[in-house]
Amino acid sequence: MLTVDNLKKHFGFVRAVDNINLQIREGEIVSIIGTNGAGKTTLVNLISGYLKPDSGRILFFDKDITYASPYVRIKLGVGRSFQLIQLFGNSTVLDNVRTALFSKYGMIRKGLLPADRYSSVTEEAIQILNNFNMSDKKELTPTGLSEGDLKILDIAIAFALKSKLLLLDEPTSGVATSDKFKVMDSIVSAIKKEGVSTLIIEHDMDIVSGYSDRVIVMHEGRIMAEGKPDEIMENRDVKAIVFGIVS
Amino acid sequence: MRRNPRWIAYTLIFIGLLFIPRLFSIHDLMLFEYGLTFAIVGLGFNLLLGYTGLLSFGHGAYFAVGAYTVGMFAKYLPQAYSLELLIPAALFLSLVLSVIFGFLCVRHTKIFFSILTLSLSMLLYALLFKLYHITGGSDGLRVPLPTLLDMSFRGIRRPEFLSGTYYYFLLILFAVSCVIMRGIVSSPFGKALQAIRDNEVRAELIGIRVRRYRLYAFILSGMFVGLGGALWSFVNGHVTADLSHWVFSGEIVYMTLLGGFGIFEGPIIGAILFTYLKLYAMGNTQYWMFVIGATLIVLVLLLPNGVAGAIAVLLAKLKRKKALEGTTC
Repeated sequence: MLTVDNLKKHFGFVRAVDNINLQIREGEIVSIIGTNGAGKTTLVNLISGYLKPDSGRILFFDKDITYASPYVRIKLGVGRSFQLIQLFGNSTVLDNVRTALFSKYGMIRKGLLPADRYSSVTEEAIQILNNFNMSDKKELTPTGLSEGDLKILDIAIAFALKSKLLLLDEPTSGVATSDKFKVMDSIVSAIKKEGVSTLIIEHDMDIVSGYSDRVIVMHEGRIMAEGKPDEIMENRDVKAIVFGIVS
Repeated sequence: MRRNPRWIAYTLIFIGLLFIPRLFSIHDLMLFEYGLTFAIVGLGFNLLLGYTGLLSFGHGAYFAVGAYTVGMFAKYLPQAYSLELLIPAALFLSLVLSVIFGFLCVRHTKIFFSILTLSLSMLLYALLFKLYHITGGSDGLRVPLPTLLDMSFRGIRRPEFLSGTYYYFLLILFAVSCVIMRGIVSSPFGKALQAIRDNEVRAELIGIRVRRYRLYAFILSGMFVGLGGALWSFVNGHVTADLSHWVFSGEIVYMTLLGGFGIFEGPIIGAILFTYLKLYAMGNTQYWMFVIGATLIVLVLLLPNGVAGAIAVLLAKLKRKKALEGTTC
């Protein structure tokens, strides 16, 4: 469903993304790992439309979205979460999700009644929060949530847009180690339920191997290796460069 | 919705307000009417500041447009000088101006937005001030008593007009403005504005067209302020170019801060308080500006959420105390 073709993005002399080719199939969970500065976030920014590439193509369901605006991509079904959490800080958890739903249904322009009157939207928002085990916190504002919950909420918002492809930028960074698996469990179970294709950027190999169908290793803007999680774990180059293990 | 305690309180307050002309002296009533018109202005202003997160320092411009619409009609179209025409005209012209100014301003945020709104309003000020033959320059324009649905107020003095029909007219428009604004901020559109305020980047990435909705908020805000300006002009009886000056825009900002921009009712409370505060400060000392300035400092340091914010905190504390007492008993 997503095809990235010879994608390039340079910042001055830094080749952040250098001739990347990759494909994501429907319902697949793909992880990208790599050291800091390998170009992972740049790649996600290019796919989500936050940055424009220097050259190359991005196809989404055979549609060229290389230079499409983020708005168009969202309408097509490319959603993303952020490494640094991006939430609506003064709204309740429920409203954070509900606003995304209103946006998806085009009701921001058409909906004239108070938001609470659209009970179907509210119910859907609660259902989504349920899927992420968050519905008991719906009346809190983000300031009252733990780091892990913030991450989940960030993803729940992207999820609410009924994205066909979710780009998750370090979903567990900043989350206490003991909570990481709990967070990933909620996220992945919700994703699997809907069969959404997902691209996860991650540092933590334990998480990557536990939850992804396929792993792509990036190094200095290029793809260094690709394959099943256990194959990657055994790859010598990957071990040396990414994990710093010399054997 | 009607069973909501908030709406019951609103209805009770509205009924209470109906009796104000019987309770207040004409002087106090006029002050209260100034307060009500500014309350409408505050509501409009707060849609931008409190709900969209844009601080305008040029909302005097839309106020001036509303007020000058009335003044100009009196001068050039006296045959159409009736409230039922003047109010839509004021709304329409403030719409036109806020579309033009808003289109330019919403491209920027934060201080750039504030400075741009300020400069544009000063541009209008310069026009109103310099085009003496059209606008009356620094003399301004006189605002005679209008007619309302064939009711003529000829031979009636302004205080009688203000304490009679006009008070109820004003009160109804104020109530309607409150209901409409309440509807706007709680609608999906209002939620989208709050989303833009809280996080512009994320708002864009859930498919909200940030700039477009900022513009809509700007226009709506300008129209409320224009309505306030038109209603104000009848109370004041005279309009001058100063209305578009940044000092006046600053007063709009001030009253919103005084009441508290984080709360829907804040600007209403702020507007009414400010009217009395300013008058009593002016009446008692020639250093009234000092009083206003000192209050602002106290406000920023001690009550960052304004008077309404402080009341809300107090109410919440009382509620908690009561709940605690309930459990210990």
